[in-house]
Amino acid sequence: MYKILQKEKLAPSVYIMKVEAPLVARKAQPGQFIILRVYDMGERIPLTIADYDRDKGTITIVFQEVGKTTKLLAALEEGQYIQDFAGPLGKPSEFDGLKTVLAIGGGVGAAPLYPQVRRMHEMGIDVDVILGAKSKDYLILTEEIKPFCRNMYIATDDGSVGYHGFVSDVLKKLVEEDGQTYDRVIAIGPLIMMKVVSGMTKQYNIPTIVSMNPIMMDGTGMCGACRVKVGDEVKHACVDGPDFDGHLVDFDEAMRRQAFYRDEEGLALHTLEEGGQCQCH
Amino acid sequence: MPLKLERTPMREQDPVQRRRNFDEVALGYSPDEAIREAQRCIQCKHPFCVEGCPVHVQIPQFIKLITEGRFEDAAQKIKETNNLPAVCGRVCPQEEQCEARCVLNRKGQSVAIGRLERFAADYQMKKGIPDPERPIKIGKKVAVIGSGPAGLTAAADLAKLGYDVTVFESFHELGGVLVYGIPEFRLPKALVKQEIEFLKRLGVKFVTNVIVGNTLTIDDLFDDGYQAVFIGTGAGLPKFMDIPGESLNGVYSANEYLTRVNLMKAYLFPKADTPIKKAHKVAVVGGGNVAMDAARCALRLDADEVHIVYRRSEAEMPARAEEVHHAKEEGIIFDLLTNPIRIIGENGRVTGMECIKMELGEPDASGRRRPVPVKGSEFIMEVDAVIMALGTTPNPLIAATTHGLEIQPWGGIIADEATGATSRPGVYAGGDAVTGAATVILAMGAGKKAAAAIHEYLEGKK
Ligand SMILES: Cc1cc2nc3c(=O)[nH]c(=O)nc-3n(C[C@H](O)[C@H](O)[C@H](O)COP(=O)(O)OP(=O)(O)OC[C@H]3O[C@@H](n4cnc5c(N)ncnc54)[C@H](O)[C@@H]3O)c2cc1C
Ligand SMILES: Cc1cc2nc3c(=O)[nH]c(=O)nc-3n(C[C@H](O)[C@H](O)[C@H](O)COP(=O)(O)OP(=O)(O)OC[C@H]3O[C@@H](n4cnc5c(N)ncnc54)[C@H](O)[C@@H]3O)c2cc1C
Ligand code: SF4
Ligand code: SF4
Ligand code: FES
Repeated sequence: MYKILQKEKLAPSVYIMKVEAPLVARKAQPGQFIILRVYDMGERIPLTIADYDRDKGTITIVFQEVGKTTKLLAALEEGQYIQDFAGPLGKPSEFDGLKTVLAIGGGVGAAPLYPQVRRMHEMGIDVDVILGAKSKDYLILTEEIKPFCRNMYIATDDGSVGYHGFVSDVLKKLVEEDGQTYDRVIAIGPLIMMKVVSGMTKQYNIPTIVSMNPIMMDGTGMCGACRVKVGDEVKHACVDGPDFDGHLVDFDEAMRRQAFYRDEEGLALHTLEEGGQCQCH
Repeated sequence: MPLKLERTPMREQDPVQRRRNFDEVALGYSPDEAIREAQRCIQCKHPFCVEGCPVHVQIPQFIKLITEGRFEDAAQKIKETNNLPAVCGRVCPQEEQCEARCVLNRKGQSVAIGRLERFAADYQMKKGIPDPERPIKIGKKVAVIGSGPAGLTAAADLAKLGYDVTVFESFHELGGVLVYGIPEFRLPKALVKQEIEFLKRLGVKFVTNVIVGNTLTIDDLFDDGYQAVFIGTGAGLPKFMDIPGESLNGVYSANEYLTRVNLMKAYLFPKADTPIKKAHKVAVVGGGNVAMDAARCALRLDADEVHIVYRRSEAEMPARAEEVHHAKEEGIIFDLLTNPIRIIGENGRVTGMECIKMELGEPDASGRRRPVPVKGSEFIMEVDAVIMALGTTPNPLIAATTHGLEIQPWGGIIADEATGATSRPGVYAGGDAVTGAATVILAMGAGKKAAAAIHEYLEGKK
């Protein structure tokens, strides 16, 4: 059992939680994730490690309520426990040899980006950040990320703050109009956003790393559910990733695979909302 | 005592009913039936059956105790060499091991050793397993990685010798393949839980959610004061065929399918949160126990039709004979000498599988006749789910993070057969992690040998 030490609402249906998990904190690196299970009948779901404190033995996660498991998690309060919390999983992100990087986060994608930007800052890399969200209220972690980046650009779908449009529009402006150059683009967010960004950076010839988020189960390479096509190869996002070359990933296939259980996910959520199903507290 | 020729049959759930439920198929002997079957054993002076058992269970001795109605003593007798008789009695490939060597087998009617083993173990469990003698602690820590049969056996033996044993398991649940692979209807999970409870009473500590290689390394374990390590991490990596269409939705590895169903209890969805897609026509590719289990699970998840697609003939199938028989009784269709070449889909979902007919040619390296495709015999099976049960290999996570641990080109950890010693002093390994996918009893045997070797190693270090 893993104790929730802190919990806060960052945006509508987006939460940040600090969880006591000393063994995970001992080894965690930016880019890695954990798999948790809220209660004994719960599903195993992956969430990125948004921050870690080795001394205090804590891991921070940021998550959005989208279905049953994330809703059950959001219902837990400080002082309560998460049944299972395993990690760190996946390969840490690598930043060796980089000088200037453009990091793009869409929605909760800002969460995994945060420790990466901080690590790059520590390594002396200049990082520009674009954060995108539906509207002002949905933007998260801007204040946390700001101290570690050179420039921060904001884009909202409705224009309630920052640029009125998508993160990809900002990317276009930075490269095509302002003539900015980058050694690498890092894009984390919804698959469609990563697909669009990768398509553009391919034309600009900027190497691009995306963080894939397929359906997972064990997180150790044993089930094959998380397979992603990267170039000619089939990779397991949980052990070979989650970071991959955005110019090689087959995003259309990834989107199809992620949607496989949509009907069942809907049913699970429905039974939860009908009440009586939650046995976790 | 008259020699009874016929084996005493074991009661089973009716195939028509059981094909739609997850309750245990085989129901076990009653005490009378057990005694009747036990009396068939002629108590050989040179019991060949014992040679057939990888851990040399004292078969005539325990069977004799059953004839005397001393069922709990019989269970204790088995446990002198086999820590998990309730499991082995159910899942050992007895017809190739102990029962294959029984003298009565010449008439095709060997003593039902496995069933008797199961009976004695179940009887003792129902009565309540007596508390183990708490060994005197010798103040040395040993780490066991993986809680499958190999790890559990090593842990039990080391704990009995007085070591402080901690088992680290990557999943949230203990038991390895016994809980995530083999389905409830063949091995009730409550039994595995009881066996693990017994180890806890012996003083073994269990830590779940620890992926050695990620959460901790073997070097960390030594730094944390463990003086020896046993690796029993199994062979968990699935294989795919590398044919077109394998990334379509509805194509699973047997590992994913069985883990969703057994470990995550998808058959209870939506009461359990992990879903599995309902399929109407399912093809399972492979001919081993894993394929049989996946096929029978698919049937129990209300598939209308389930096919086993295997490229050789029934004689070459590696699955236990009893499970093949059970699968047939339940209505699984066997497409033998058939091999998939392509999976077909629409809108990203599986709709069919193209196969080719095979015939048997010359024997290959395994001694089995090699299947070769019959030209022009391609045909399309309409299916909406395909489960690949093609065998598994060991996970590279530990090897990749442990200095000086030598592995085979195919991923198996190199370990001495008699002791389990690896290339790294103080590190031992056994079970599927060393041999590749094998059997429960072989994994237990390896755990046992390694425990003895670890004891010798640590005694020497005094
Ligand atoms: C490596 C990795 C890291 C992740 N990190 C984070 C994170 O830091 N914060 C966060 O909020 N989410 C993260 N995700 C996504 C998160 O795991 C899913 O949102 C979660 O599994 C949904 O579970 P649920 O039961 O609440 O919803 P479900 O009922 O399972 O799904 C509800 C909806 O979400 C979609 N969905 C399902 N699985 C995923 C997925 N893997 N990614 C995106 N959408 C999905 C479904 O198609 C459906 O529309 C990560 C995923 C991966 C693989
Ligand atoms: C579906 C199926 C049916 C089978 N049917 C039969 C049968 O009828 N009869 C029979 O004799 N055999 C059968 N087998 C084979 C048998 O189950 C295995 O040979 C046996 O379980 C191997 O035992 P093990 O202890 O070596 O490994 P496993 O049982 O695989 O246990 C390994 C454990 O280690 C854990 N682990 C892995 N990596 C790590 C890590 N890095 N850190 C921490 N923990 C880790 C795993 O999660 C797992 O719990 C079957 C196998 C399957 C898959
Ligand atoms: S452990 Fe297996 S092989 Fe040995 S006697 Fe029991 S059933 Fe037979
Ligand atoms: S070989 Fe058969 S008959 Fe002889 S002791 Fe063993 S079980 Fe009994
Ligand atoms: S999540 Fe199972 S192999 Fe990646």
